[in-house]
Amino acid sequence: MFQYDAIDRAMVADRNAEFRDQVGRRLTGELTEDQFKPLRLMNGLYLQLHSYMLRVAIPYGALTSAKMRALAHVARRWDKGYGHFTTRQNIQFHWIRLSDTPDVLDYLATAELHAIQTSGNCIRNTTSDPFAGAAAEEVDDPRVWSEVIRQWSTFHPEFTYLPRKFKIAVTASPQDRTAARAHDIGLVVRRNREGRLGFEVIVGGGMGRTPYIGATIREHLPAEHLLSYLTAILRVYNRFGRRDNLYKARIKILVASLGAAEFGRLVDEAWDGMDRPRADLPDVELARIRASFGLVDFRTLPPRSERFEAARADKAFARFARNNIVPHKIPGYGIVQVSLKGIGEVPGDCSADQMDALADLAERYGHGEIRVTHEQNLVLPHVALDDAPAVHEGLAAMGLATPNINLVSDMIACPGLDYCALANARAIPIAQAISETFADPDRAEAVGELKIKISGCINACGHHHVGHIGILGVDKKGEEFYQLTLGGSGAEDAAIGHVLGPALAADRVADAIDKLVDAYLAIRQPQERFLDTYRRTGVGPFKAAVYQDAHQA
Amino acid sequence: MLIRLENDRFDAVEDRFAPVGEDEALPETGAVILSLSRFQADGAALLAAGRDVGVRIAPADRVEELVCDLPRLALVALDFPKYRDGRAYSSAVLLRERFGFDGEVRAVGDVLIDQAWNMVRCGFDAFETTVGPNAWAAAARRYRHVYQASADDRPPAFVERRQAAARRLAPQDG
Repeated sequence: MFQYDAIDRAMVADRNAEFRDQVGRRLTGELTEDQFKPLRLMNGLYLQLHSYMLRVAIPYGALTSAKMRALAHVARRWDKGYGHFTTRQNIQFHWIRLSDTPDVLDYLATAELHAIQTSGNCIRNTTSDPFAGAAAEEVDDPRVWSEVIRQWSTFHPEFTYLPRKFKIAVTASPQDRTAARAHDIGLVVRRNREGRLGFEVIVGGGMGRTPYIGATIREHLPAEHLLSYLTAILRVYNRFGRRDNLYKARIKILVASLGAAEFGRLVDEAWDGMDRPRADLPDVELARIRASFGLVDFRTLPPRSERFEAARADKAFARFARNNIVPHKIPGYGIVQVSLKGIGEVPGDCSADQMDALADLAERYGHGEIRVTHEQNLVLPHVALDDAPAVHEGLAAMGLATPNINLVSDMIACPGLDYCALANARAIPIAQAISETFADPDRAEAVGELKIKISGCINACGHHHVGHIGILGVDKKGEEFYQLTLGGSGAEDAAIGHVLGPALAADRVADAIDKLVDAYLAIRQPQERFLDTYRRTGVGPFKAAVYQDAHQA
Repeated sequence: MLIRLENDRFDAVEDRFAPVGEDEALPETGAVILSLSRFQADGAALLAAGRDVGVRIAPADRVEELVCDLPRLALVALDFPKYRDGRAYSSAVLLRERFGFDGEVRAVGDVLIDQAWNMVRCGFDAFETTVGPNAWAAAARRYRHVYQASADDRPPAFVERRQAAARRLAPQDG
């Protein structure tokens, strides 16, 4: 894990002192709410329906046991005993008092955690691959580049008041677990034919009311020029991105209106005029960051674990192993995925006790590392297969052994109308109803990979546009309705889903998903996922399945 | 109040420049600040008469349009109509880093103390604000370290780290 040095600690301390001062000025009335708002947002503090919400960053989704315990402590002492892991590799505490926030932030700083730039119109926490350092096929460790970007973007003086929020993703594997093409900038680490490390630079992806899959503006940016090139992109956006309309202010709108080629030309022009050696990171600092992540002390193990194989006799463990454990780059190890989508539970929620238990399991069996995924699950990235049965047992004891990764009940859902001031409709009860419909694990496994994503409003925090099945809450004359989209993907085969038909009443959604799945099972060919079948057949059979009754009525 | 940054000091100074509105008559004498369009109409004559001239740049104006005139300008005023509008930061960086402007770069408009460090780092050296110079200086210096290179020549963290490592490696005096 990356280790902070004295400079990193001083940066957070100085920020916390500044924010304490700003909170004090707000509480005395010296700052109006209007003046305070952009300042609190840059420190992750939102005013929600019932109280303030504090969003804490989990840089590149990597936690240690100590950090997880610190989050548990915040949940117990200042919140209602739980936290909510988001689709952005952050954790949100929904019941925080404004006057407590400076103390919460000071406490978090003792565990090298912070809420810097987790909201506001600035560069946000960089999304990275939760399997970093464990995935067999990765070209490089994406956390190294995410840390480079974290430092560069933290308190960037020029890019603190952008037209709108700005999100960067870094992935280094052929399988994209970051939704890179749905980010403002997606960086895919690659080696070119000469073996040089570089980035495919993708710009202008995004969700919201006008979703776009990003466009590639550079096939292979030499890795050493990352920071100067990012500066050029951000400068073009800061200067020319729209500021007259909140909903047209993201970089995707600028890229779409100029065209990717012209946008790329403007970036090159800005880049050419820059003192690149001054802007780019020196090799010696890159080497320091690389070294600061340290090496995991893996043991030499046989690839096949007899204990693991024997434990498969237990049906529950066998199912967990099939769905939640994936191969590791080191023989004899596995990547254990922990679902925060228990049947009938709120997606992404985690209690303080569960956090502590995970911290213990990670410490005992997982080299003290825990990752957070953008699909609102957790990962123990380095578990010896010999220890997997014990880990499973520990997770089961805490209600964290739901064997449903990538299955129908492994849904993304935004907080929705239950918590959010912007929402038109509830998202969580819809997710709960669907997961109860598919509570039979045999059926869920038979259905296979199916990504359902639910947003409570057009802002699309639940990423419904890139769900294999997307569900969007809309308000129809004061009633909650839900529009379904099919065929989206946030992975390396990224696509925006298509609207299936008229929106459905809340009590019809789970049943409609059931019908879509039945239609898929009836027509799928061998090895086809739901998404593949939809792409092969088009919308016809699915539309018929959901709306047939309506036509008869 | 106008605060000037000079030799690492923030001082309240008298503003000798008169802002001239779009349709206002030009004062007979003295230094003036004109909008970009007014400057493009009247600037050459004023400069020829030996007057000190500054140009006020709105966020949507392109500082590139001033490139030929920069050596003759006393100051460029960058406007913040709302403090959340961050375009002027990029304009300031371009003036300093790309075009090498060494005259005054002044922040005008909605200039709050919470922006002091952003402005100083991007190369502003004058600030029209209601805040006093001591409070402004403290806010500008709030961060002991910086992570990235900008227009203010503060050494980024990676330079500080390299220097610290070099000191550790250097032979100690006996």
